[in-house]
Amino acid sequence: MVSENKTDVIVIGAGPAGVSAAVTVARGGKKVILVERGSFAGSKNMYGGVIYGHAAEEIFPDYEQSAPIERYVSYHSYMLLDEEQSTTITYKNHKEKKNAFVAIRSKWDKWCVEQAIREGVYFVPDTLVNKLIVNDGKVVGIKTDLEEYFADVVIIADGVNSLLAQQIGLREEIKPKQTALGVKEVIKLPEEIINQRFGLNSEEGAACELVGGALSGMLALGFIYTNKNSISLGIGACLEDLKAKKIRPYELLEQLKAHPSVAALIEGGELIEYSAHLIPEGGYNAMPKLYTDGAMVVGDAAMLVNNVHFEGTNMAMISGKFAGETALEAFEKGDFSSNMLCLYRKKLENSFILKDLKTYRSVIDILSKRTSSFLGYYPQKVCEFFNIFTKADGIEKRGKFVKFTKDFFKNRSLAELFKDGISAIKLVFGVLR
Amino acid sequence: MMSDKIPENLDDKLFKLKYKTDSENHLVPDESKCLQCIEKICTIICPANVYNYSESERKMTVSYEKCLECGACRIACRHISWKYPRSGKGVVYKNS
Repeated sequence: MVSENKTDVIVIGAGPAGVSAAVTVARGGKKVILVERGSFAGSKNMYGGVIYGHAAEEIFPDYEQSAPIERYVSYHSYMLLDEEQSTTITYKNHKEKKNAFVAIRSKWDKWCVEQAIREGVYFVPDTLVNKLIVNDGKVVGIKTDLEEYFADVVIIADGVNSLLAQQIGLREEIKPKQTALGVKEVIKLPEEIINQRFGLNSEEGAACELVGGALSGMLALGFIYTNKNSISLGIGACLEDLKAKKIRPYELLEQLKAHPSVAALIEGGELIEYSAHLIPEGGYNAMPKLYTDGAMVVGDAAMLVNNVHFEGTNMAMISGKFAGETALEAFEKGDFSSNMLCLYRKKLENSFILKDLKTYRSVIDILSKRTSSFLGYYPQKVCEFFNIFTKADGIEKRGKFVKFTKDFFKNRSLAELFKDGISAIKLVFGVLR
Repeated sequence: MMSDKIPENLDDKLFKLKYKTDSENHLVPDESKCLQCIEKICTIICPANVYNYSESERKMTVSYEKCLECGACRIACRHISWKYPRSGKGVVYKNS
């Protein structure tokens, strides 16, 4: 293709996957354009999560010196909610503190792009790609509101909705059960108050997962992350469940916030920003075809998320890097066909990304069939147990434990308990096999 | 109970957000389908309450300017012609 509007590589979407792909290409000495529909990188992005140190370091080795890090997450807690009570398990790591950190996406994504620009990436914000240009089955360029632009390789990093991967038939329309809707509020609180409430010093950060309560019986989890001077509080709820139960997502979040154990953490705070985004939930089984002649799909657009461990940003960044490396090798060989670009998939297969997604391929499916027990009944029973265990009311303990045990089996039929047991075994063996 | 600095009302939450409103609507439901649709899941699933159906006027109102561009409506209902707002337009997150 001979054209004035022609470069080596076009990357669509300046999130973690896109910027990692673009900077990798630039470092290899090829010309790369990074296109973003928002007016700056991160302006369309939100997450319920963290940035992982291993991935940040792999893309930007000196990131710690200037990146907008809110807090390093060294404190993980799992809060099981019942109506008026909760049980929390907390894990704190005082040794390895830099496994992950919290960042505000509109700052972190923007910072990443600033680094990429310095390394030669040509960044084009305020530009929506309406269509991929396909010639003889090969992706050869993009069509924006204003013009057409061509490249030997196009890297599709347009996020969870990936209309572009769908346009060229790499991806089918995603189903409600393959996505979760995330809604989140960022609530401003003084740094010292956050430190006190979560038992942190100013460097340390907390990540909390909330199970049950208002979310009981749904494939849904709540999350809390501590920023420097604010708290991110949100839910991720399977779209299929929201649809079936006809629940408004923001009302569900309000119900979660009203739980006394949650309300205490945000009390006195001020809402700074409300946001919503889809999360890929389908895992390995919902992955699109990852490459075609002239194009590769990375990050959320490729559904690369491990939702059991809340890992997505790292998979995005490393998949972007793999796609960038593959593009560079394609230039070396002068071959941009899928025969060459299948190297991208091989790199993913040899890494934690596809290995982990394969390991967890059946987890969400199994969980989605047992939500009423694993994400409802059992968390509630844990709270009830601790209620009995901690209560001194002048009544002998044995009778209370016997009643608890009887109720445990009475309120849930043996058949259901048996199915839960089988599912638990399937979960463990599914992961270990 | 909740502090009044954290509004419970959705419109008050959305009021805090910055938008660069597009002059063109990017969310177009097939109205003939809306009339027959019993569930009207778009009016429930949307985190910004973009879709409102008036029974008396038998009309779906689309407040596309409130859209957070998440795509939930698109996945939940197959009868919405869904695009992103045009280049640079739509919601601008600054703290998420």
